[in-house]
Amino acid sequence: MKSLADLQALREKLKADIKLRRNEGTIVIVGMGTCGIAAGAREVMSAVLDELAVRKLVDVQVRQTGCIGMCEKEVLVDVIRPNEPRITYGKVKPEDVKKIIADHVVNGRIVEELVVGKIEQN
Amino acid sequence: MQHIRAHVLVCGGTGCKSAGSKDIQLSFAKNLEAYGLQDEVMVVETGCHGFCENGPLVIIYPEGTFYCKVKVEDVKEIVESHLYKGRIVERLLYREPMSLEQVPSYSEIGFYKKQKRLVLENCGAINPEQIEEYIAVGGYEALAKAVTTMSPQEVIDEVKKSGLRGRGGGGFPTGMKWEFAAKSVSDKKYVICNADEGDPGAFMDRSVLEGDPHRVLEGMAICGYAMGADEGYIYVRAEYPLAIKRLRIAIEQAEALGLLGDNIFDSGFSFKLHIKEGAGAFVCGEETALMASIEGKRGMPRPRPPFPAVSGLWGKPTNINNVETFANVAQIIVHGADWYCQFGTERSKGTKVFALTGKINNTGLAEVPMGITMREIIYDIGGGITNGKKFKAVQIGGPSGGCLPENMLDLPVDYDSLIAAGAMMGSGGLVVMDEDTCMVDVAKFFLNFTQSESCGKCTPCREGTKRMLEILTRITEGQGVEGDIELLENLAKNIKETALCGLGQTAPNPVLSTLKYFRHEYEAHIKEKRCPAGVCEKLANYTITDACRGCGLCARNCPVQAISGKIKSKHVIDQAVCIKCGACMAACPFKAIIKG
Ligand SMILES: Cc1cc2nc3c(=O)[nH]c(=O)nc-3n(C[C@H](O)[C@H](O)[C@H](O)COP(=O)(O)O)c2cc1C
Ligand code: SF4
Ligand code: SF4
Ligand code: FES
Repeated sequence: MKSLADLQALREKLKADIKLRRNEGTIVIVGMGTCGIAAGAREVMSAVLDELAVRKLVDVQVRQTGCIGMCEKEVLVDVIRPNEPRITYGKVKPEDVKKIIADHVVNGRIVEELVVGKIEQN
Repeated sequence: MQHIRAHVLVCGGTGCKSAGSKDIQLSFAKNLEAYGLQDEVMVVETGCHGFCENGPLVIIYPEGTFYCKVKVEDVKEIVESHLYKGRIVERLLYREPMSLEQVPSYSEIGFYKKQKRLVLENCGAINPEQIEEYIAVGGYEALAKAVTTMSPQEVIDEVKKSGLRGRGGGGFPTGMKWEFAAKSVSDKKYVICNADEGDPGAFMDRSVLEGDPHRVLEGMAICGYAMGADEGYIYVRAEYPLAIKRLRIAIEQAEALGLLGDNIFDSGFSFKLHIKEGAGAFVCGEETALMASIEGKRGMPRPRPPFPAVSGLWGKPTNINNVETFANVAQIIVHGADWYCQFGTERSKGTKVFALTGKINNTGLAEVPMGITMREIIYDIGGGITNGKKFKAVQIGGPSGGCLPENMLDLPVDYDSLIAAGAMMGSGGLVVMDEDTCMVDVAKFFLNFTQSESCGKCTPCREGTKRMLEILTRITEGQGVEGDIELLENLAKNIKETALCGLGQTAPNPVLSTLKYFRHEYEAHIKEKRCPAGVCEKLANYTITDACRGCGLCARNCPVQAISGKIKSKHVIDQAVCIKCGACMAACPFKAIIKG
């Protein structure tokens, strides 16, 4: 290491590994209630993780939630971009994940045909 | 590579380790594998969170869920419920001691809410055995900034401006000390980190070394640059094996990246660090004794001047600071003195870490801004007194400190107010005492500690503390005589004025402060042969109350036949015969015998 710039470059590379503990960035939430799991939530979860890995979106947080009472719409996936409303997608299949991530998580364009709910965040 | 979606932070500090956290960590690995989550969930071993009493602690991110007292048997449930299904395991959450409310997230817990964690910011948040995690949170940027963009004098000026004072007890301005050492001309100079941590209740230095060792190395290297030293020693007690291990790893990793060693950041500045294990004598925390110990001599203090800045280790100019002092430096350099000055009071800047113990609901490490009141520390952070008892006193500053009574609870905690009140910051030990505590007994306890740790080099400390301890002992045994209080005060004054080192000079403090605030308790012991708190065994009075059913059991158990009475009527104890053994109290099936 020869300079402050070298150190900062290294830090940029390493930063993402720790970001998860700092509550920053976009959040993707997968509904993992019993009904969700029965409807294939695990597979959706794996697809999300795979897609994020492929795209190297290391600073996206993936969380889980239990049943929220919309069982017939499972699998539910929420996307919350910083300072934007929380968008809930319903009946998500593993094959939909690529589009949600490409359009919404990366580019901020909501995938309207899958939306089942929208909550303003304050 | 998979996307890591969750971090499981398992506390690997000394407290949680001894409560079995290593097995918990292994069990997480096993169970994650069983649920096929091993590639998406990462297990991280961290340092101490300062809340060891509730350990082993497990914190799960991104939610920041805080699980307490986790057992190996709980791990499967956490993996299945929380990590697989996203459902919090409520029964393992922390409960607020007063409201009994469950608190799911780390940041919401009362114990942490009022804290200002600057020095401890990474403790429990990063893996101390991986330099990458320290760098990821901004580590070593202060060192880089100092050696590549600042002159040594600029570094000193910044530290001076920050108002940082030594956290090892005395509170001497750190920047000034660095400047003295910088001005000493010599071919060789040393930096020493004092990690002896001799105060029996304190463990903040250990926690910093275990949880964030690089921060200390970075502070030492910056000091080396500022004063012109190329070598340093960390003097750490051998009873801290985990701290030593993590320091070794940290030094190795920093050297491998060129952050320690020759020509750091191509600046021409070189800095090498060594670890020296101490045997754990209290007096070896005193700077001149400490240096003698590093040199391989007996750890005894010597008179100052000359001060270490002029003639220290092996006669060379030396700067010695405490662990916590060094741990403050990096942030001052990165964010600047002005930023640092927003925390604290006019003359005590920044934060101080306290080790809260005693009769308090939340025990552990609390880092607070200077100037916070004792009441806030004890009630808001500490969660109040255990078992709904009444607060009586708080002992602050360890064996060199003093006891403060209830009417001092609103005292702002900073170097100068504490000294004025007859206590001192010391290393930051805070022992909370409730109404069942005898203050004479407390004074005796601390004096007993310093007396047995006296190195014996000078007479006032060696003999004087012994005499004081004898007097205290006889007071607590009911043999106190008129004039004992004055004799104690007289001895205390002489020892303070004539002892060679800080150990002797401060040893009378616990006695003086209890005499100042709780004199009536001494008088009760001496004049009425009574211990108001009912602690001193030899002064205890056992009496039988109206709950007595006259069963006669106590009388049969009394070894000196002090108890008499007719069967089925109330018994009495003859105080003149009673030897205060307590056998009757233990024997009574109706709890009719009280001590007081
Ligand atoms: C008996 C005695 C014990 C001491 N123990 C310690 C100790 O354990 N740790 C410490 O940092 N300073 C201890 N000190 C204070 C040191 O002598 C020295 O003042 C301190 O390390 C300076 O660092 P600072 O300016 O950063 O506080 C002790 C002093 C005395 C008199
Ligand atoms: S004051 Fe006590 S510990 Fe210090 S030098 Fe004298 S005898 Fe030793
Ligand atoms: S043992 Fe208790 S109840 Fe029985 S005589 Fe003694 S004091 Fe009374
Ligand atoms: S060792 Fe785990 S909280 Fe202190």
